[in-house]
Amino acid sequence: MGDFFEGYEVGDFFDEMFSAPGAVRPHYAKLLGRFAEMKPEEFERKRELAATTFLQQGITFTVYNDDQGTERIFPFDLIPRIIPAPEWDVIERGLVQRITALNLFLHDIYHGQDILRDGVIPKQIVWEAADFRPEFMYFDVPKNIYIHLCGTDLVRDEKGNYLVLEDNARCPSGVSYLLENRQVMRRVFPNLFARHRVRPVEDYSQELLNMLHYIAPESVTEPTVVLLTPGIHNSAYFEHSFLARSMGIEIVEGRDLMAAEGKVFMRTTKGLKRVDVIYRRINDDFLDPQVFRKESGLGVSGLVEAYRQGNISLANSIGTGVADDKVVYYYVPEMIRYYLDQDPILPNVPTYLASNENELKYILENIDKLVIKAANESGGYGMLIGSQASKAERERFREKVKRNPRNYVAQPIIPLSRSPSFCDESIQGRHVDLRPYILYGAKVTIVPGGLTRVALRQGSLVVNSSQGGGSKDTWIVDDDERSNGVAE
Amino acid sequence: MLSRVADSLYWMSRYIERAENNARLADVNLQFLVDLANQPQADTQQQWNPIISSLEENELFASLYDKLNGKAAIDFVSLQRKNPNSIYSCLSLARENARTTREQISSEMWEQINRLYLFVKSDSGKKLLRSSPFEFFKRITVGSHLFQGITDATMTHGEGWDFILIGKLLERADCTSRILDLKYHILLPSGEKVGGNIDTIQWMAVLKSCSALEAFRKIYVGQVAPWKVAEFIITHSAFPRSIRFSVDCFDAALHHISGSAESKYANEAERLSGRLRSDLDYVTIGDIFNFGLHEYLEQIQKRLVEISAAMHSTYCAGMMHEHSATG
Repeated sequence: MGDFFEGYEVGDFFDEMFSAPGAVRPHYAKLLGRFAEMKPEEFERKRELAATTFLQQGITFTVYNDDQGTERIFPFDLIPRIIPAPEWDVIERGLVQRITALNLFLHDIYHGQDILRDGVIPKQIVWEAADFRPEFMYFDVPKNIYIHLCGTDLVRDEKGNYLVLEDNARCPSGVSYLLENRQVMRRVFPNLFARHRVRPVEDYSQELLNMLHYIAPESVTEPTVVLLTPGIHNSAYFEHSFLARSMGIEIVEGRDLMAAEGKVFMRTTKGLKRVDVIYRRINDDFLDPQVFRKESGLGVSGLVEAYRQGNISLANSIGTGVADDKVVYYYVPEMIRYYLDQDPILPNVPTYLASNENELKYILENIDKLVIKAANESGGYGMLIGSQASKAERERFREKVKRNPRNYVAQPIIPLSRSPSFCDESIQGRHVDLRPYILYGAKVTIVPGGLTRVALRQGSLVVNSSQGGGSKDTWIVDDDERSNGVAE
Repeated sequence: MLSRVADSLYWMSRYIERAENNARLADVNLQFLVDLANQPQADTQQQWNPIISSLEENELFASLYDKLNGKAAIDFVSLQRKNPNSIYSCLSLARENARTTREQISSEMWEQINRLYLFVKSDSGKKLLRSSPFEFFKRITVGSHLFQGITDATMTHGEGWDFILIGKLLERADCTSRILDLKYHILLPSGEKVGGNIDTIQWMAVLKSCSALEAFRKIYVGQVAPWKVAEFIITHSAFPRSIRFSVDCFDAALHHISGSAESKYANEAERLSGRLRSDLDYVTIGDIFNFGLHEYLEQIQKRLVEISAAMHSTYCAGMMHEHSATG
């Protein structure tokens, strides 16, 4: 295995493992040692064991572009991504700061709108955001928390600085892969964990359940919590069922629920049973055909009325999508200053708004050096990487941006950091990002680490699973005073 | 428990049992052909026709294959995706139902279903069927037994478990009646006598496909006579694949769910199943043969469908989406 790393090229990027060719970063030294002893056959065996485990447990996602809706396993890279604890502690503080500000922002725009009146954010930005829900003005959400679950995407630039790329404040997904990755790693490399002090992630489900209990309507002492899924054909169904299973709650589809007299019930073999808290994995638009999209067959008619009356709690609350609008994102550092009177710990990626006239001009003139993003898309859709697009595509996006500037932002192409990954029979640098998962209940809890997504295609900067991305186990490692010298 | 979940557990279990029974049927017929290989009158078309008939799929079969021979028949019951009751289709549906109830069943159960499904879907499964169909069918039956054992040992024996049990036993009663009825569709080669050599081989094959030959031998001495085989397979009270045993057990499971005493009934499903149970308790093989074996078995199949429907309206009444599976 040692020879696998021998020709390893660091390239013109920030490399997570090596500071220069052959110079391993201290927090990776022990791992390199272990891999150096490993024979190629052993590595291959471990790779197979991991792949079989994923397949047999059905840890898959669904790809839609063919008519069968093929199930695929999410490619998993065996070389973990390691973040030293002091570095993580800064990230953690930055994320707590950010979600605190986002919640204050949501409370504000659904109540007095001070931030708009003080001119910190232009009024129309919020009012024109696709997911702003004026129907919920002056509505008080349980425990005054809007975003209970957030997945915030972080990237590192060429100097290794952590930058926030986006916040996913609607229905962030991927946490089940993080948990399964760890389980598979423990099975494949049992003794590697004895040599490193890796912070555990296994209590995530318990923390999630605690949060869901915490936000239950006041009058309920033993709340019935359910997870609402769009159904088995949703690409994240595995995750929905995984989370329901690990919390021991029911997973329901819209058709399993009904609302009557401001209350929500599920249909059981023993009749109707009252539901108190709904962890919904369905976007606002589809929740209730009476209020939102009329044609939605996924939701429950009358659910929103029950929510208004305070008889059920929802995680996340309705209307949080405005916080992950990519134009609103531009203003998050301002929010942090405005509400908390602090400087942002984690900076944004530099962003240009097409709705600002001089920035629009810059975007149109430099489109080949920029990433153009639609304000309300995710999963790598509605996006253009200028340097990799054809002339015609760039022209098409120019037109789109000009026609609807409110809906577009642009960012410089960040040369994402790279992490050694096994590709084409050798170890090569591949670009990675990091999505930590934040829970906001009685307190803010962040599972140590997050999901490291890796763009396995050479040169690719797109890490989404729908676009050929994979993932790695992510370790937050404390300094090792406790050397227990267990040999593998 | 959610009505939808109860329904899915029930069908998951039925489909696995159905896959197993298809494997049994095909396997025994293969053995039968081997046994008959040195008989001059052996005609393969004649031997495979009853299987297709007992699955009630003659038309579909004719639309998919030019002629009926062992290769086509085995493909049809095993891997044919267009046959909704092939082993492949049954296991796909079982897995689909398991996937929607993963938080109810144990991980071990899910992994076993998934393994079986991945096996029939794989190239190695296809190759094994071609090179050694016996082994292929063995993998399916053993896989199904393993699933049952895992279910028994890893899942809480509560309501969900009862629905799984009922699904399995209802399907088993239905399949056993079809296997027995198979003999009705099998014509004896011309010149062969009832009670002759080939007739006996055929009745033994019926017993074998229910794993019943050894158990039968322990009870009945001497000739494998039709009335003895039918009596054993329909009315034996302790053989786990007999119709009576299956009905007794799912009737008990139905009462377990509702909590009502076995001597009473709390809903239509229990009334129907109690009635079938007592009919089987008191019927004699003489009655059955007077009524007509084929007619009697058909009537049992009809009553099983009624019980399944009554159960659905009792426990899944609120469901908006009806299950489209066939009984």
